[in-house]
Amino acid sequence: MLSEQIIGGFSSPVFDAQSTFRALMDAFARPGSIHAIKAGTQPPPSLSAGAAAVALTLCDNDTPLWLDAALQGAVVSGWLGFHSGAAVAATPADAHFALVADTANLIALDNFAQGTQEYPDRSTTLVLQVASLTSGEPLVLEGPGTNGMASLAPTPLPRHFIEQWKQNNARFPRGVDLVLVAPEGVACLPRTTRIGIVRA
Amino acid sequence: MSTSLKGENAPEIAAYNFAYLDEQTKRMIRRAILKGIAIPGYQVPFASREMPMPYGWGTGGVQVTAAIIGPEDVLKVIDQGADDTTNAVSIRNFFRKVADVETTTETARATIIQTRHRIPETPLREGQTLVYQVPIPEPLRFLEPRETETRKMHALEEYGLMHVKLYEDIARHGHIATTYAYPVKVEGRYVMDPSPTPKFDNPKMHMSPALQLFGAGREKRIYAIPPFTEVVSLDFEDHPFEIQKFDRPCALCGAEQVYLDEVLLDDRGGRMFVCSDTDHCETRRAAGHVGELGAKEAAQ
Amino acid sequence: MYVAVKGGEAAIRNAHRLLADRRRGDRSVPALRLDQIVEQLGLGVDRVMSEGALYDRELAALAIVQARGDLIEAIFLVRAYRTTLPRFGYTRPVDTAAMLAERRVSATYKDLPGGQMLGPTFDYTHRLLDPELAEGSEVPEPELRDEAVEAMPRVSDILGGEGLIEPDGAMPAGHVTGDITREPTEFPMERDTRLQALSRGDEGFLLALAYSTQRGYARSHPFVGEIRIGEVELELEVPELDFPVTLGRIRVTECQMVNQFHGSAKVPQEFTRGYGLVFGQSERKAMAMSLCDRALRARELGEDITAAAQDEEFVISHSDNVQATGFVEHLKLPHYVDFQAELDLVRRMRAEHEAAHGGGERKEAAE
Repeated sequence: MLSEQIIGGFSSPVFDAQSTFRALMDAFARPGSIHAIKAGTQPPPSLSAGAAAVALTLCDNDTPLWLDAALQGAVVSGWLGFHSGAAVAATPADAHFALVADTANLIALDNFAQGTQEYPDRSTTLVLQVASLTSGEPLVLEGPGTNGMASLAPTPLPRHFIEQWKQNNARFPRGVDLVLVAPEGVACLPRTTRIGIVRA
Repeated sequence: MSTSLKGENAPEIAAYNFAYLDEQTKRMIRRAILKGIAIPGYQVPFASREMPMPYGWGTGGVQVTAAIIGPEDVLKVIDQGADDTTNAVSIRNFFRKVADVETTTETARATIIQTRHRIPETPLREGQTLVYQVPIPEPLRFLEPRETETRKMHALEEYGLMHVKLYEDIARHGHIATTYAYPVKVEGRYVMDPSPTPKFDNPKMHMSPALQLFGAGREKRIYAIPPFTEVVSLDFEDHPFEIQKFDRPCALCGAEQVYLDEVLLDDRGGRMFVCSDTDHCETRRAAGHVGELGAKEAAQ
Repeated sequence: MYVAVKGGEAAIRNAHRLLADRRRGDRSVPALRLDQIVEQLGLGVDRVMSEGALYDRELAALAIVQARGDLIEAIFLVRAYRTTLPRFGYTRPVDTAAMLAERRVSATYKDLPGGQMLGPTFDYTHRLLDPELAEGSEVPEPELRDEAVEAMPRVSDILGGEGLIEPDGAMPAGHVTGDITREPTEFPMERDTRLQALSRGDEGFLLALAYSTQRGYARSHPFVGEIRIGEVELELEVPELDFPVTLGRIRVTECQMVNQFHGSAKVPQEFTRGYGLVFGQSERKAMAMSLCDRALRARELGEDITAAAQDEEFVISHSDNVQATGFVEHLKLPHYVDFQAELDLVRRMRAEHEAAHGGGERKEAAE
């Protein structure tokens, strides 16, 4: 095993996972809010420290993981496998989580597990690395947790994102949830969040 | 890190992780919590663990709290609205022991409040998390005992049976006969059991700034209401939902529009009504509010 | 004046101190040692291991002492410890045909390869209280046969060789064995997870259900193909090695029930199976389990579901005594907030009733 695969995990696994989870939970509960990830990791290149912390917090050998083309290859999957035990999913539809480094070129959201009407929880949670959560085109968020209205300006976003997200909303209670990870922190878009664009 | 639950000299047979649960179990519960928040009111199945307290005594709430709690949290535990009921004391001590966490009785100071049967009277704020202990999470369970059937009903949003039941009550008793665990509809989609809180507390769930998490250990379900989410108690146009009104204030602090416990003073009909929320009552008395009983004492 | 009840902490502390005192009992009587329980109350230890789902005699004995001999409480203690243990992996299926059996009886054949072996059984003891035991008298050493142990093929395999019994353990293609302690229960269940639930199910509950099938509530014409008790080897496959690693031996009781045949114009007639396997020595539990297993296969075998023992959701949801005792006993926790809500409603409805009916004397007639 390469040494770069076995270094760089949580330095304090119990408390790092707890603080990262609380950031995620708050971000899920209040879409649009941004929460710093305090736990440090040193993942291999192309996987960001924030996305790595999210993966180590939520993934293990019960959660098959899908990696986009930018993350595929032995180094990232070896690092994740060593630190979390998570195996790589055969197809996006088998994945409990998806890690995406090249968010602008993400395959369509409906390729991932959407859950069923009986078990809408059996869907993929996508962790998208973005450059920023505040410098993109502002999005207007509505739905549970937004207290009327919230905003977020992530960039980059997947192609035709607004249209794709409308379709995701229409599948409710089925659908995917998004975790957006940027250097400044993490923000989440659960499937209940409705998104509009601010027209200048 | 691990915490030993044994005395200094006892042999080290068993050692436990921070907050009791192992990390893999916490991850599993954390994943379920996030799904619950993403699908408000939907009961997420989770592989509930045996806990060191009996099923039915708060194992679901304890698992949720154990999965979210950290060293910076301040924990409050109530049962029947009170911090000093025996099961609340026991659960609070458990977390003090296994997570070495600060505890409080003050609603306003707590970051996590675990509860059985009540929502505090003091309005909750953003950033607080209310964790409910839930015995039977399925609101349709007493109409249809089979999980296979109720799951279909939720999938198809087929809630007619629940309305029929409530309406039969009206026909029979002149009232909706459900006084606690009164079903609600969350964000216009899922019918949800608010846990056996009196329906008096239902309006507090609606658009609450706090995150509400529900854990049912024996039934292996977790569900959630994100902050600022619509929670509507089921009712009918000709029988709108209404909460219980007490015709007197708290005898100790004089509070009105709060939930009261009836305390029997003798076996000849002597009784008094006092706040169920002990922290609320104490805070008011400390601020100089006096109820009927306190006024009498002062006069003596 | 009235003071809200305080002092929950002190009350709990004192109650537990009293519990410790009662548990110890008369101090002039020597305290029980765990080895005494392991050695002399072995079947109680076995039940705790089996329903506690943790194979550790010493911990089970500790739990029994701590629970003052209340076995369901002891099972609960063991489960609550077990649940915190990390999972290293899953062993290979145990080979009960290779068991070092101490007891083996078949009701379907007079004699068979490996022979019948009574072993350490209560069967044929006359249930007369033995005063000598009270005096702790000397017990002679057992007589053990010393000839080489003959191979002991399973009766079900012998029947299977003739095609007389259905094949064993057929699961859908690609099925990964489930784990009821790691995955939430989902109905309908597959037989693998159902057997796991039955194996740690309450002995009394399964016994009563099994008995009900014999009395006509889903009769299955059972024959004890065989019961065997003894030690089996546990082996773990390790990715880096090309041979399984032996972890040790555990003692188990297995019951293979041979049941009512089925068949049709297309499938030739064959007997069906009911299976029971538990930790330690517990024939009653293994037999009850095998009868329940067979009854619960009704759906799979195309039989009408008419009785409680065939109703999977009913049986599995209520078979776990740790869950059952917790929820039944939770009724003693305070419920006065909800009771207050009910009191208020009943008072209000009675007032309205009196107003509507003139407040006269009570009506006896039911509405």
